[in-house]
Amino acid sequence: MAGTDKIEDELEMTMVCHRPEGLEQLEAQTNFTKRELQVLYRGFKNECPSGVVNEETFKQIYAQFFPHGDASTYAHYLFHAFDTTQTGSVKFEDFVTALSILLRGTVHEKLRWTFNLYDINKDGYINKEEMMDIVKAIYDMMGKYTYPVLKEDTPRQHVDVFFQKMDKNKDGIVTLDEFLESCQEDDNIMRSLQLFQNVM
Amino acid sequence: MAAGVATWLPFARAAAVGWLPLAQQPLPPAPGVKASRGDEVLVVNVSGRRFETWKNTLDRYPDTLLGSSEKEFFYDADSGEYFFDRDPDMFRHVLNFYRTGRLHCPRQECIQAFDEELAFYGLVPELVGDCCLEEYRDRKKENAERLAEDEEAEQAGDGPILPAGSSLRQRLWRAFENPHTSTAALVFYYVTGFFIAVSVIANVVETIPCRGPTRRPPREQPCGDRFPLAFFCMDTACVLIFTGEYLLRLFAAPSRCRFLRSVMSLIDVVAILPYYIGLFVPKNEDVSGAFVTLRVFRVFRIFKFSRHSQGLRILGYTLKSCASELGFLLFSLTMAIIIFATVMFYAEKGTNKTNFTSIPAAFWYTIVTMTTLGYGDMVPSTIAGKIFGSICSLSGVLVIALPVPVIVSNFSRIYHQNQRADKRRAQQKVRLARIRLAKSGTTNAFLQYKQNGGLEDSGSGEEQALCVRNRSAFEQQHHHLLHCLEKTTCHEFTDELTFSETLGAVSLGGRTSRSTSVSSQPVGPGSLLSSCCPRRAKRRAIRLANSTASVSRGSMQELDTLAGLRRSPAPQSRSSLNAKPHDSLDLNCESRDFVAAIISIPTPPANTPDESQPSSPGGSGRASSTVRNSSLGTPCLLPETVKISSL
Repeated sequence: MAGTDKIEDELEMTMVCHRPEGLEQLEAQTNFTKRELQVLYRGFKNECPSGVVNEETFKQIYAQFFPHGDASTYAHYLFHAFDTTQTGSVKFEDFVTALSILLRGTVHEKLRWTFNLYDINKDGYINKEEMMDIVKAIYDMMGKYTYPVLKEDTPRQHVDVFFQKMDKNKDGIVTLDEFLESCQEDDNIMRSLQLFQNVM
Repeated sequence: MAAGVATWLPFARAAAVGWLPLAQQPLPPAPGVKASRGDEVLVVNVSGRRFETWKNTLDRYPDTLLGSSEKEFFYDADSGEYFFDRDPDMFRHVLNFYRTGRLHCPRQECIQAFDEELAFYGLVPELVGDCCLEEYRDRKKENAERLAEDEEAEQAGDGPILPAGSSLRQRLWRAFENPHTSTAALVFYYVTGFFIAVSVIANVVETIPCRGPTRRPPREQPCGDRFPLAFFCMDTACVLIFTGEYLLRLFAAPSRCRFLRSVMSLIDVVAILPYYIGLFVPKNEDVSGAFVTLRVFRVFRIFKFSRHSQGLRILGYTLKSCASELGFLLFSLTMAIIIFATVMFYAEKGTNKTNFTSIPAAFWYTIVTMTTLGYGDMVPSTIAGKIFGSICSLSGVLVIALPVPVIVSNFSRIYHQNQRADKRRAQQKVRLARIRLAKSGTTNAFLQYKQNGGLEDSGSGEEQALCVRNRSAFEQQHHHLLHCLEKTTCHEFTDELTFSETLGAVSLGGRTSRSTSVSSQPVGPGSLLSSCCPRRAKRRAIRLANSTASVSRGSMQELDTLAGLRRSPAPQSRSSLNAKPHDSLDLNCESRDFVAAIISIPTPPANTPDESQPSSPGGSGRASSTVRNSSLGTPCLLPETVKISSL
């Protein structure tokens, strides 16, 4: 009995293949057209024939865009921001949903996604430690050879500046409302949000 | 870049939204996107056979011919397809690489033809998938060896090609190492061989007893004592020749220390030393005993034959590599000998007039019995002794027979393994180097893009270098992404040299580090240029000349040839460049013959000469560093207008 169960389990493991929902459903759920979804899916399917991306593959892929430094930490945080259901693998729907927000979403949605990225433990608040981790991960991507030379406390300074700007009531944590408010006050950020509109 | 990364770029760029709140500076504007036609089906016509594929499939590998703008050269507007005049059967494999990410090697095709196709389409042979890699390598190696043999045979027929102007020393060494290069060397080779043989035979013959005429009592004497003068003369002649040969080799050796330590030279020394020692030792009774022992060493002359025989050398080498197995054999034999010797001794202890006087004395019996020699000079007499004696001889066969096949198989295994391991190690190094090269290519592409004024807000882009304009959409977007990261962190990407220099400048107390330090650079095509513009040139640009030298696959060869061109007049130190910029400029104004390459500096007005630049065939996907040979007609280089342009 146990033997046959084990065999079936093994079979299932090797043949796990995730198929996304239908094209129409995805089109309704996201802001992409059918053609765009087709293009996206063809690329995705080719890279991950099984239909899911796991964290290792994700890290490798992301690292290829930043050959100078070490992108694995930031990729880790990104992965968890994409993996909304925290299952450890990103399916095509998650992928496309996130892209839809980032590329075609409203300002509010984009900022909320960013807040979710910074909030590592997903408790609804960003504290200094989480921000330090994120900023350190970003600086890691720059690598060793930068101009001017990266100093030890550059990330810390960056985090302090950030908190000064974002933390309205100076209580050491940034809530979603504070974050949204501060970002909307900053022209640079607002302008830059439009940058990535036509990425596809 | 590797597998299908182009697919993921849009997603990576989208994820850059996460940097926005952190950015302290405004992010750069996105690159202008030409009206994207969406995904379409391209038709590729290879010698009449039509292949159709999505454009996105081909775009997956932007650093190949089909993935970059290079394919536009093959576009036939009348028929709306890309036409390649190449082998359609091979193209199938190339296209499958784009589709599946794995390059397979066709089994029935010639490996050389396959390589040529790969080179044409811009695919590195390292991309061959793991399933076909072994076979690909083997076939390629076979091919290469066969070609090498053919070449060697050709060369041997033509006669040796000696580099012109080699010194006597080099020619002598060549003659010693390869006797086939000239008749004189061959003659020398055979003469020394002959004398080695003569010497060895003389050593042997002088101990044979020969009956001479009955001048003395009819006692047989060894020939050596009968004709001492003759043998002495022969010995002297041989030793003279050996000494001469040794001294000549010592003189000709490129590295004397290494030569002195080598095995062959040690053998030579051991072969001739006894003679000289014998000359200086007085012939009295005490020392002549030691002197006689020394003569034994003369037999080592026979090892000099190993210079003449490849097989001996190989045998010596394999023995060395099988040392552990031999050691095990020796150890197990020793164990068995001790055990049986002890047993036999105690078994025979009671007998009168026994030969087994002690355990060491019994060693001899045990050895002779175990190796089934059985001289019969020592035999047991007690019953117990005989029983144990027979057990000893039976087990002797086993103990010796067991390790020997292991050793033999080890021999062949180790021998073949060594050969294969060396080759694999060499290949691995090359493979890693190539991967590193490809990786550095992407790193440097961005840096060069910056230097070419890609980041200047020159608006219309008309003044931008052609090489900047010609980048593919993929490159543009990727560089924009990297630029965003720079702005987020307020730090810029540089390369290793600039970085170490900046560090150095900081540690030196902020010495003006504007000038380049030619002396610290590896001499390459780029270093020629750095002395041109010591003051005005930005450090990064000059570093790039070195780094881009390693980047583009097409211009690799061109740049390599340039490495042989004239280098900068003198390696100049940093301080000298700081102090006398005009002098160094003058120096370069003199160097008119031709300039290998010129560097670009991102000062806006400097970009004008680019209009005449031919658009590089490699496209921008391959970091369009291009090198042009031009003779310096203008008397003096303007410090600003220095570009890298293509042949």
